[in-house]
Amino acid sequence: MAEGSSSIKTNLPLVLPSRTARIWRERIIASVLFLAAISSVLITLVIIYILFSETVIFFEKVIELDQMSLWQALLEFFTGTDWSPLIEPLGIGILPLLSGTLTTCFVALFVAVPLGTIAAIYLSEFAPAKVREVLKPILEILAGIPTVVYGYFALLVITPVLQKIILGVQQFLFPGREEWDYFQLPGFNMLGAGISVGLMVLPYICSLVEDALQAVPLELREGSYAMGATRIQTALSVLIPAAVSGIVAAYILGFSRAVGETMIVAVAAGLQPKFTFNPLEGAATTTAFIVSVSLGDLPHGSLEYQSIFAAGIMLFLATLFMNVLGYFLSRRYREVY
Amino acid sequence: MVKPTEGAVVTQQEPLKKLAEVRDLNFYYGHNHALKNINMPIYEKKVTALIGPSGCGKTTLLRCFNRMHDLYPGNRYEGQILLGADQPRNLLEMDPIEVRMQIGMVFQKPNPFPKSIYENIVYGLRVRGIKDKAILDEVMERSLRNAALWDEVKDRLKEPGTSLSGGQQQRLCIARALATDPKIILFDEPTSALDPIATVNIENLIVELKDQVTILIVTHNMQQAIRVSQFTAFMYLGELVEFNDTMSIFTKPVEQKTADYVSGRFG
Repeated sequence: MAEGSSSIKTNLPLVLPSRTARIWRERIIASVLFLAAISSVLITLVIIYILFSETVIFFEKVIELDQMSLWQALLEFFTGTDWSPLIEPLGIGILPLLSGTLTTCFVALFVAVPLGTIAAIYLSEFAPAKVREVLKPILEILAGIPTVVYGYFALLVITPVLQKIILGVQQFLFPGREEWDYFQLPGFNMLGAGISVGLMVLPYICSLVEDALQAVPLELREGSYAMGATRIQTALSVLIPAAVSGIVAAYILGFSRAVGETMIVAVAAGLQPKFTFNPLEGAATTTAFIVSVSLGDLPHGSLEYQSIFAAGIMLFLATLFMNVLGYFLSRRYREVY
Repeated sequence: MVKPTEGAVVTQQEPLKKLAEVRDLNFYYGHNHALKNINMPIYEKKVTALIGPSGCGKTTLLRCFNRMHDLYPGNRYEGQILLGADQPRNLLEMDPIEVRMQIGMVFQKPNPFPKSIYENIVYGLRVRGIKDKAILDEVMERSLRNAALWDEVKDRLKEPGTSLSGGQQQRLCIARALATDPKIILFDEPTSALDPIATVNIENLIVELKDQVTILIVTHNMQQAIRVSQFTAFMYLGELVEFNDTMSIFTKPVEQKTADYVSGRFG
C-alpha cells in the first residue's frame, strides 16, 4: 500500500493565481449573473409602471372631457356597461370587455379542462408506450400552431358547423317554421371563438396534468394496484388526489393563457364591445379591443391611445389575480411525499 | 437446492398446512433471468422470511406473488405459484386483480394514500364496490385494532393518513392490507425506512398477526428474520439456496453459502 500511494504522487503547482485577481473575477461573474437575473424583474416593473401611468392619464382626460370627479370616473369605469371611448358620448365602463373575456374563457375551459384532463389520464396511465411516443409530440405540435390559425379555424370551420348544429336542433325540436324564423348563430360569436381558444389551451393543460400525474411517487401507484384496484380506480381515487396541486396549477395556467389570448378572439368573436355573458352572441374581449384599436393610426396621447392602457391594466390585474390564486391553491393542496 | 426437510415439519407441534407452493418458477426482466427454478412451500399462518444479499431476487420473488411485475412491460413468468390448500390454482395464470384481492402487500416505504385515515383503511373495500357504511365502519375499526393503531387514531379518523408518524403510517398500511381479509400479506422490507422503536412495534405486530394471516417477508436484517419468522428461505443470485425452518437455517445450515451468509462472512 505504501508503495502504491507514493507512486500516485504528482507535482502539483504550489503557486496559486493571485488572490485579489480571483476575488475580482468572482465579483464580476456574480454581477453579470445578477444583472441577467434582475433584468426580467426590472422589465416587468417598467411595464407595470407604464400601464399605471398611462391609465392615470386616461382618467385625467376622461375627467377633463366629461367634467366629472375622479370617483365618478372610477365608478363609471368599474360599473358602467357601455364601452365606447372612441365616439361621443364617451362610454368608459370596462364591464363589456370583461364580460367578453370571461365568457370566451369559460367556454374555453369548458372544452379544455375535461378534455385535457381525460387525455392526460389516458396518456399517463393507459396509453401503451408506443402510443404515448406518437401522441405526445403531436400534442406538442398543437401548442406550436400560430393562434391566428386557430382564429380562422374558429371563423371558417367551428362557427359554420355550430350554425348547422344549432339550426338542426331547433328544426328538430320545433319543426315546421321557415328557416329564417329560427335563431341564427352570428358569424362572429364567442362560442366558436371560445371553443377554439379551448383547443389552443388544451395541449398546455394536458401536458401539465400529465406531468403532475407522472410526478406521483411509484409507491402510491403500486400501493393502489396492490389493493386490487383497477387502472381507472387508481387514477381517480389515488393519483388525482395526490396530484391535485399540479392539476389546479395547470388549470390556472390554462385560464391565464385563455384570458390573454388575442388573435383568436379578435378574428372570430367580433369587435363590438357588448355587455353580455351569452356565448351565442358576438362581443369584443379586452384583448380584441386592444388589437382592433391599435390597428388604426393612433395619435400618441389621444383618448383612444390611453384607453388601450386602461383596458390593458384590467387584463394585467385579472391574470395577476389568477396567478396568485393558483399559487395559493397549489400550496393549500400540496401533498408532502 | 434443498427441499424442505421432513425433520423441520416434525419439530412443529401442530401439523403444517401448505397454503401456497412455488413450483419451478423462473422470472425474466426482459432478457435478464432474475429468478431461476424456485421451489418452495408457503405454510399457512406462519411467517416465511426471504433473506439474501442485495440483488439476489428476494423482492422479485415476493412481487411475483401479487403479480406486481404485470404493471410493467417486458416481464415474463414461467412455472407455477399454486395458491390454496384444497384446490390449488396457479396464480400466475389468474386475473392479476383477482390475485391482488387475495394477497395484500406492505411496502418498504409507508405509502398512505392522499386520503383520510378512514378512507385509507376502507380503500380495498371501496375498490370491491362495498358501499354499506356499517360494513365499512366495522372493518375499519377491526383492522385498526388488529394493526395496534386504533387507540392512537380513533379520534382523528378524518385527518389525512400522511399526518401520522412514519411508524404509524406503516401500521396504517398494514391495517389497510388487513382490511380486505387477504390469504397472504407480503412485506417488502417493511421496517427499512423506520426508526428502531417503530421497527420493534412492526415486528411485534407481525408476530401477533401470524395467527390470523400467512405472512411472507423480505428482510435484509437477519436478526429480524430470526425474531419474526418460522421459516426462512436463503436466496443468492436468483436461486433459492436453502429453505428450512428459521432455527435450522441460522443454527445448522446445510449449504456452505447459507452458513457463510448467516454468519456474516459475505453479503
